[in-house]
Amino acid sequence: MPITRHLTKILPLLVVLAVASLVALAARSPLPSAEKLPEVGADISDLQPIVEQLNAEFAMRWKAAGIAPAGPAPDLQVLRRLSLALHGTVPSLQEIRQFEADSRPDRIDHWTRRMLADVRFADYFAERLARALVGSENGQFIIYRRGQFVDWLSEQLHKNTPYDQIVRTMISQTGLATGTPAVNFMTAAINDGDIDENKLTGKTVRAFLGQRIDCAQCHDHPFERWKQQEFEGLAAFYGQVQHTIAGIEDKTTQDGKPVEYEVEDRKTLEKRIVPVAVPFHSEWLPKTGTRRERLASWITNSANRRFERSIANRVWGLLFGRAYLEPVDDMADPADDKRDLLDLAGEDFRVHNYDLRRLIQVMVASQPFHLASEFELPADAQRTPEAELAALKTAEAAWAVFPLIRLRPEQVIGSIFQSSSIQTADQNSHLLFRTLRLLQGGQFVNEYGDLGENELLDRGGTIPQRLIMMNGDLATGPTKANPVNAVGRIALFASTDEKCIETAYLCCLTRRPTAEEQAAFVADLNGKQGSERRDVIEDLIWILFNSTEFSWNH
Amino acid sequence: MEPLNRISDLNLQSALGSTLAASRRDVMRLAAGLGLSFLLPGLDTRAAQSRGTKRPKSLITLWMGGGPSQLETFDPHPGQKISGETTAIDTKLPGVQVAHLLPHMAEQVHEMCLIRSMVSKEGDHERGSYLLKTGYRPDPTLVHPSIGAIVAHETPGSGVEIPQFISILNAQWRSRGGFLGDDYDPFKLLDPRQTLQNMKAKVETARQSRRLRDLDVVESAFRNRRRIQSDATLHKQTVERALTMMTSEQLKAFQAEDEPKEVRAAYGDTPFGVGCLIARRLVEVGVRSIEVNLDGFDTHAKNFSGQETQARIFDPAFAALIHDLKQRDLFDSTVVLWMGEFGRTPTINAVAGRDHWPTGFSAVIGGGGFRSGLVIGETDPEGKKTDPVDPIEIHDLYATIFKTLGVEYAKEMTTPIGRPMALCKGKPIDRLLA
Repeated sequence: MPITRHLTKILPLLVVLAVASLVALAARSPLPSAEKLPEVGADISDLQPIVEQLNAEFAMRWKAAGIAPAGPAPDLQVLRRLSLALHGTVPSLQEIRQFEADSRPDRIDHWTRRMLADVRFADYFAERLARALVGSENGQFIIYRRGQFVDWLSEQLHKNTPYDQIVRTMISQTGLATGTPAVNFMTAAINDGDIDENKLTGKTVRAFLGQRIDCAQCHDHPFERWKQQEFEGLAAFYGQVQHTIAGIEDKTTQDGKPVEYEVEDRKTLEKRIVPVAVPFHSEWLPKTGTRRERLASWITNSANRRFERSIANRVWGLLFGRAYLEPVDDMADPADDKRDLLDLAGEDFRVHNYDLRRLIQVMVASQPFHLASEFELPADAQRTPEAELAALKTAEAAWAVFPLIRLRPEQVIGSIFQSSSIQTADQNSHLLFRTLRLLQGGQFVNEYGDLGENELLDRGGTIPQRLIMMNGDLATGPTKANPVNAVGRIALFASTDEKCIETAYLCCLTRRPTAEEQAAFVADLNGKQGSERRDVIEDLIWILFNSTEFSWNH
Repeated sequence: MEPLNRISDLNLQSALGSTLAASRRDVMRLAAGLGLSFLLPGLDTRAAQSRGTKRPKSLITLWMGGGPSQLETFDPHPGQKISGETTAIDTKLPGVQVAHLLPHMAEQVHEMCLIRSMVSKEGDHERGSYLLKTGYRPDPTLVHPSIGAIVAHETPGSGVEIPQFISILNAQWRSRGGFLGDDYDPFKLLDPRQTLQNMKAKVETARQSRRLRDLDVVESAFRNRRRIQSDATLHKQTVERALTMMTSEQLKAFQAEDEPKEVRAAYGDTPFGVGCLIARRLVEVGVRSIEVNLDGFDTHAKNFSGQETQARIFDPAFAALIHDLKQRDLFDSTVVLWMGEFGRTPTINAVAGRDHWPTGFSAVIGGGGFRSGLVIGETDPEGKKTDPVDPIEIHDLYATIFKTLGVEYAKEMTTPIGRPMALCKGKPIDRLLA
């Protein structure tokens, strides 16, 4: 990839230049006040009833389990969570200053609306959703353009296209991978030149119904309801899709004969025709349209609880780092007699025209997103390590404490870029995101370890990741002082040692240092001038980048 | 792929930070002086230095990605219609021939066992690779660990300061640690001809030690009131292990250029050849499992030239590896396995290609307690019968490897979702073992 290679070489320089010009710009104009920044999404007052319902649901759950929820997290910590979830980076120093100057009592709700209006949200969230839809591999370039698919999805998020409409387009779109980017949902499942109906079927049910029926391809599901026959009936909806020179098409006849979906019986090895069939609620299935259009209508039918529950579960997962029900794509069948959080949030999402922004606003406004990640046992609790661990697990399972979740590779590199540039990287976010995407194409993310589709599985860090963070050029480059980055500017302009340390902490960890931390670094800085002083600040940034706190959401 | 280190050179306008490799003694002295909690364990090379059967055993897997053709490698049917352009040559095993593309292996194959009757239920690359690497079919509810991860998990070597499971060169479907955890994902060496990335601290030793001392201050602040969660991240331990690796003498195992010219020439001047040579060096320092990947066997068109290109790469390297291990008395303690996700059809298609063939393909195994010179299975010379004589399934082959490596393969593990799962569900094939 020679073009990519050249771009990757000059991009850091471009980023530096862009940041430099922004710095010059910012020096001349004061920070715009937060109240004047553009906001999108539902009115905050509109959200109140549904947020109260969710909070009541949690309050009941905690009461029933005898759990005292953690206290409230500081607002800055909530801002960090929000920025990591919606923009994939920590907030910039500029944003922190604006946020702190914002005295509105519901400022977090306003900042949610503000971050949703930012193009960084569409770009970052599209990438995260794309993992569930087409995976993280780049596949065969001729027929499958992952980048174009993500761009298309990003555009839909930016326009706030209703989610059911996005899904219907993906399932039923015809055309070329390059011209109508939504068809890449189909072409991602091409195997040896043919559409793999089985792969598509498994993916469709996992992504849009939140359940796994893949095993029913060969045998009945061992503990859920799915039968092999049901799998085949669903796969038949993709049985007329063909990939030709014109791209993805639906062919009902070929050479004068109707196109049927045939499978080879695993026992008799004979071919048999499988008609289209849905596993439940066939009354949702329209009589007309292409097979794929009919399937898309059935999936997005407003009575289909699985559809709204599955996206609610996934969005919760992207906000908290852990899905509400795990695994994110293997939820139990919805209970007939009970409505849980996913039903409440899902219904609100549906009646508001499948509005993804609103769904995010509602979840962010709910109490669990605002709880501290510190956990303390009640005074009378047993204090053995096992008892403490068990109590923590119970609280985490009930969302009574904010979970510690390792940052995704894109969040780590995004935060490194952001921490080292003081200014919000929004005006040039496209540049930044192109950079990230190129890097993702085989560099930082690949090296750091891409979690692929299983990104919501919680796991610990690895040795190669630590080596990258401690010694890798991409991670350590921004710790070095230069006149336009945070490190250089802190060294040059901070008025006192304390200010200097505080600024570094705000840039990297979105908080101020504790008294002990302040004392330790003041001692290091004490009386140092020039290059010695710069070394200490570089060390400080390196240390903050390599802390647990930097690499984990909390 | 462009290495990372080019990028930030542009980004940096300061000429700061000379890169100095800290010697272990310096680090130890400073660590002791500062009372650092990021301590380094002592180096124990005794285990690594032993030879012969006393040595703890290792596994080297040569993974042939894409599906190597059995007919163009270890199961030729000369003179038959299905063999196309491929002829056969004699080996040192009386009556056993290999394809003419493997002159080097013809000299070494008598040290190994040939299995010509591997069978699998998966004919797709991703699913097939999963099955052949883990011994289990893909399961949407969990990821099984690959054999290399299990070996590293179950028989960790003492005194080994570098990762115990190393994967050399890129593979399309990577081996995974699966439910054993990310920690058991292989350490990746994407280009064996390049020096290892990210192994050197960016600042001199004294400054690095100060950084680590101050890192403790930040860690304590976060851990305060989050003790259980914070300890569960294992962040500190991972940092310590990375620091140990950075100053380990064992990193020299990655330097193939330290080998005499003749040795390097024998393996071949290809990334795969260098990878095989490094694999041998890694075995010497005690690494438990190494895989060397070679992609490019998926010859749906132009099968004969495609398989020949591949053979030119792996034939000298594979043969040199066997020879070299024998020379150094490491063969009895190193299992070597050659295999891909499936074989290729006996039928030659319209564009002179061969398609996927998961029934009746070849694997080669030897060393580490396996017998030599045994041939198992037989495929139909006319390519009509799908099923080979004496079919062998991968989980039984893996049980055999685990048995000779001393892994309790039938042991049940508890997966993250609480489902019990045996490390391997197969039964050892005792006739393969010496």
